[in-house]
Amino acid sequence: MTTQSSSRSIKNGFSLVSQVIGNFIVSFFDLIFAPIQRLVGVNGMPYVFVLPNLLVFGIFILFPMLLNFVYAFTGGSEFYLDNRPWVGTANFEQLLSCENFLDPNTCSQDRFWRSIYGTMGYVVGQVGFMVVISIITALTLNRRIRARGFFRSVFFYPVLLSPIVVALIWKWILQENGLLNGIIVSFGYEKLPFLVDAQWARFWVVGISVWAFMGFYTLILLAGLQSIPSDLYEAASIDGANEWNAFWSITLPLLMPTLIVVLVLSLIRAVQVFDIVFAFTGGGPGTATLYLVQYIYENGFSSPNRLYGLAAGASLLMAGTLVVLTFIQLRLRREEV
Amino acid sequence: MNSIISFLTRTRGTGKVHFTDVITYLYLTLGTILMFGPVIWLVLSSFKTQAEIVKFPPRLLPYRQETVVVDGYEEPLPLYNVTLEDGSIAELAQVRRIGLESQLVDPANPDEIIKVPIENREPIEKVVFNLDNYIEGVESFNFARYLRNSVIVTIFSTVLTLLINSMAAFALAKYHFRGREALFFIMLSTLMVPLSVILVPVFLVITTIGWNNNLLGVIIPAAATPTGLFLLRQYMLTIPEELLDAARIDGASEWRIYAQVILPLSKPALAVLTIFSVMWRWNDFLWPLIVLSRSEYFTLQIGLNSFQGELNVQWNLILAMTVLTLLPITLVFAALQKNITTGIATTGLK
Repeated sequence: MTTQSSSRSIKNGFSLVSQVIGNFIVSFFDLIFAPIQRLVGVNGMPYVFVLPNLLVFGIFILFPMLLNFVYAFTGGSEFYLDNRPWVGTANFEQLLSCENFLDPNTCSQDRFWRSIYGTMGYVVGQVGFMVVISIITALTLNRRIRARGFFRSVFFYPVLLSPIVVALIWKWILQENGLLNGIIVSFGYEKLPFLVDAQWARFWVVGISVWAFMGFYTLILLAGLQSIPSDLYEAASIDGANEWNAFWSITLPLLMPTLIVVLVLSLIRAVQVFDIVFAFTGGGPGTATLYLVQYIYENGFSSPNRLYGLAAGASLLMAGTLVVLTFIQLRLRREEV
Repeated sequence: MNSIISFLTRTRGTGKVHFTDVITYLYLTLGTILMFGPVIWLVLSSFKTQAEIVKFPPRLLPYRQETVVVDGYEEPLPLYNVTLEDGSIAELAQVRRIGLESQLVDPANPDEIIKVPIENREPIEKVVFNLDNYIEGVESFNFARYLRNSVIVTIFSTVLTLLINSMAAFALAKYHFRGREALFFIMLSTLMVPLSVILVPVFLVITTIGWNNNLLGVIIPAAATPTGLFLLRQYMLTIPEELLDAARIDGASEWRIYAQVILPLSKPALAVLTIFSVMWRWNDFLWPLIVLSRSEYFTLQIGLNSFQGELNVQWNLILAMTVLTLLPITLVFAALQKNITTGIATTGLK
């Protein structure tokens, strides 16, 4: 009893202290904001409230977006805009100059095209694989099971890990003398070159990003499943439908809006994949896992000859793709509603 | 046993185990192993010695050879189980190894040297969770510095995120002013413009301000998140206008209305945004990577990435540092997992 009451009094003490501090902060800021309000009036206050956010937005997102166009249409390796000559569409021409678009070797920027095809392969594999697994997992979690909260958290946990941590964990498991090769050898097979072979590297880049991100999409799909009214299923079972019929005629159609959100979100994120792959394979072996954002990053920040114009041009092309994807999403959503 | 079975099978309420229940639990068990297994393997490996870590095939637990201090030898000597010529087994300490021959002594009788072929000895090992890797890693990795930077970035950025986004959300949700729709649309449209698209010009802006290699360059730009703004605005729309009018009649300033009426009522949304902001900033990679190039300003993530490039072979240290990096976020998750998962399920943001 005494410990309980003393812990309660500590808690009360804490809340009292934080209240006093809170009041102090509020009053302090009021000293600043009250004169402003007298100056601009009540109708001017919303602008004051929006201002800090708008400043940060404007300086670090909107303004750079405009600058990006300037970079894309100027050339040379100078960083400051004053020293960059206007080159019109030369950067885009260079990026897009290919004798045969299907063969990166014939392109003047072969790494750009390799990164595009690499990204396409990654996007298709990663999104397809992840959405299917997420649906299966969400359906499983939506059954009447014990400890649903626990299992939900289990699948979600990797989402919280940083890309570097995910990459290092899996590098450690997949390296030549790692756990997975240990298991393979203990079954009497040969070691496999998971990180050295191009095909395996591509496979595992998809694999670890599915591992790392699927929990997020599972959660969204689970929320979608749980919003389907259960009387629909009762009615269906009265009509003699089995679980399989119910899935195709109730679950899937009603889950469609959520599924589209998941699909487009994961598409947009897959196109932008960078950090997890950068830390895991660094784009290698060779250019096997070189994707678009890494191409932009390398041209702008890590290659000896920095071609900011090419980087900006490539990022504009990527932005265009993302805008198209977003519009498709909006379109599909509208049709659903 | 029966109670366990009935516990596991109480799912369908019929008392019978349906085969789909078996599949469900098999799937969930497999999923648990796949999701937690790699992390557990990382943690177990992080306690291994350099010698144990390169051993193939790897062993699950961190074994360490036992050692003993013998009179006449300064260093502790490694202990072996040795099969002697007469077939008996003795516990001996190895003094040195010459080619295929091992020279050992009995710790009880250190003067007499026993020579045996090396295949006749087996190291005596035990499972030890030794912190050597952590201590050495923290020293050589400048962990304290990176941790300090990460904590500073996470805390200040989160406080700033909460403050400026809630202020803007309040204005967008509760006032009618010219340009409101346009503002909201512009801010939301930046949702689909990821940082990766504007890398180069952002770097120019940061350089012009002079925030290269300055934690401010990581803290300030990240503070305005369109997702956070959207989340808070949607929540504040549900707060009844009457409360604001009542406060105005009482003579409260607009700032007081924001701070003492709106904010306390928005606690659930603010809590969700706090969790996300902490997670985003702690795990952030690309932005710090371009803003910070001097190692004394590195955050943990950047530091860890450059560490793996430098010391490609010293996996034992890398693993220990990786564990330390994932520990804080894991603890937060363990404490708040319910809020986090429901928060994400209802808001759909990460």
